Amino acid sequence: MSDAHAPRRRRFVDRALVQLTLVRYREFLREPEAVFWVFVFPILLAAGLGIAFRDRPQDTIQVGVLAGTPRSAQVAAALAREPALRPVLVDDSAAGRRLATGDIALLVDPSAAAGVTYRFDDARPESRTARLLVDGALQQAAGRADPVAAHDSTVHERGARYIDFVIPGLLGMNLMGSGIWGLGFAIVDARKKKLLKRLIATPMSRAEYLLSFILSRLTMLILEVGTLVGFGVLVFGVPMRGSYLQLFALCLLAAFSFSAIGLLIASRVRTMEGASGLMNLVMLPMWVFSGVFFAWTRYPAAVQPFIRALPLTAANDALRATMLQGSGPASIAPQAAILGAWLVVCFFTALKLFRWK
Amino acid sequence: MSALALRALRKRFGEVVAVDGLDLEVRAGECFGLLGPNGAGKTTTIEICEGLTDPDDGDVDLLGRRWRDGEHELRERLGIQLQDTQLSEKITVRETLDLFRSFYAEARAVDDVIGMVQLEEKRDARVGTLSGGQKQRLALACALVGDPELLFLDEPTTGLDPQARRQLWELIERFRATGRTILLTTHYMDEAERLCDRVAIMDHGRVIALGTPRALIAEIIGEHLVEFSAASGDVSETVLRTLPGVTAVRGQNGGWQLEVKELHRTVPALLAALERQRVVLSELRTHSATLEDVFVKLTGRHLRDE
Repeated sequence: MSDAHAPRRRRFVDRALVQLTLVRYREFLREPEAVFWVFVFPILLAAGLGIAFRDRPQDTIQVGVLAGTPRSAQVAAALAREPALRPVLVDDSAAGRRLATGDIALLVDPSAAAGVTYRFDDARPESRTARLLVDGALQQAAGRADPVAAHDSTVHERGARYIDFVIPGLLGMNLMGSGIWGLGFAIVDARKKKLLKRLIATPMSRAEYLLSFILSRLTMLILEVGTLVGFGVLVFGVPMRGSYLQLFALCLLAAFSFSAIGLLIASRVRTMEGASGLMNLVMLPMWVFSGVFFAWTRYPAAVQPFIRALPLTAANDALRATMLQGSGPASIAPQAAILGAWLVVCFFTALKLFRWK
Repeated sequence: MSALALRALRKRFGEVVAVDGLDLEVRAGECFGLLGPNGAGKTTTIEICEGLTDPDDGDVDLLGRRWRDGEHELRERLGIQLQDTQLSEKITVRETLDLFRSFYAEARAVDDVIGMVQLEEKRDARVGTLSGGQKQRLALACALVGDPELLFLDEPTTGLDPQARRQLWELIERFRATGRTILLTTHYMDEAERLCDRVAIMDHGRVIALGTPRALIAEIIGEHLVEFSAASGDVSETVLRTLPGVTAVRGQNGGWQLEVKELHRTVPALLAALERQRVVLSELRTHSATLEDVFVKLTGRHLRDE
């Protein structure tokens, strides 16, 4: 047992940092669920949303005309001449229910001797549109002459569709999820299994251990961003107006910030339940507020400064600006600064709090 | 030369005093056993030696160094197996050892270590598929891959079946035969008697007996124990004490226990004396004294009561 004691020349693959990083890949790739959540799920989600909100040929709006009045047929015929409307005759008994379920956007009641009454929910955008179209059609049929001659020239701008909005949001959400979960769970799991303690009983460098997470995130990131952006650009024609280099640098910064948050969450927790509770506590507000699926400007002005300070908000805003508006580094600097601040504060707090044993 | 010296070691966790003024010396090249029931302070002591727990008070001297000024160098020279580390289940045996090997400046070849712990057939199996004994042998391999001068084993065979335990004992004996030093903890007396050159029996954070297993048994118990119960007739304790070779007499639960140096002289004399007193035996047993008997005599409790 006393052979093999001579100092050895280390091949690249024998280095601790390389071995630690290899273990990260192996653990990830041998966990089918993880591969699904990181690579397949965002694409399924994007595909689903892309199909649901695709640009359809112009929608027609169904409107009801109260049946059984002397002018019912005449009104319905006038509405039928407007291509955006689909008039149906509706009995008085069914009218209320069909309005309430949104089956018809508006009900025209021509029973009064002169004029008509519109019944609709003015909180529904579709009903308000119907009100304008119906009124225009009826007034024109009655002989209104428009003083201004208007001509339509329609454009379908790439970058203004819902899928264009949601792809950068999904990218940001994915960076957050894999950063926080990826790092947090792996570390808490290693602590719970006393693997952390076993590792620090060797001459392993603690910095290299943490660095191996960052290195494996880096390569994983190229794949994650590549699949999601590639899918959006190739399948849905989502525009990519900024530079890919800037997009990647931004993803890198965001990934490191979220990893630092993951590290902070994992710095002391001993159980998976505790970790998963904390992670959801941290991520849930960002899923809701940070503009993944809809713009955060919908929230009251009073809370917007807080929303803007969240790392996912900063990431989403900067990703959208880069992809959709082609903004340069100068205009996304504020968001980059927010992400950088989260990175620095969380990383150093985590190092201070981190418990190896 | 001592490989490890502990002086006046103390450690408390809140109200619980885990180690209460411990002095110990492990000589280079010996296999030393820390013995005691659960909660005796064995694991705390070994983890202080391993530099994983800081003592409240006292000195630890390892291979002539202290943790404070030589941590990295010490880690290169120690092999450590913790009580319940779960290695990553998705990684294979070889990959696990590649990882641990990469931490050491000088290390053994992975295939050598796999051979040493007899896991050749499981070389490319994932850790999750190994049996308890195989996992424990892999943990030992991880401790050996850095080619340590001093090996720490914390309850290396707890929870294993008898065959797996014997297999592990053989591996530990083979390492011991190379002249390296081992400190192990156990609550199995047979394990300590088989593997250890010297043992320290611990209870409530202190060493209550120290020596070679044979010397401890001879010193504290005598060589053998004779136990009997009488179905009828009165047994005179005075007579028992005067029998040849008897060093101690205890009455317990209606039966009697004698500590005996020379079994072949005592037993015939005992039977003759009982015959004379018209005592009819319902039970007679003899066994060689073990470290378990030493522990019971010293503490009045069994090792695995808890």
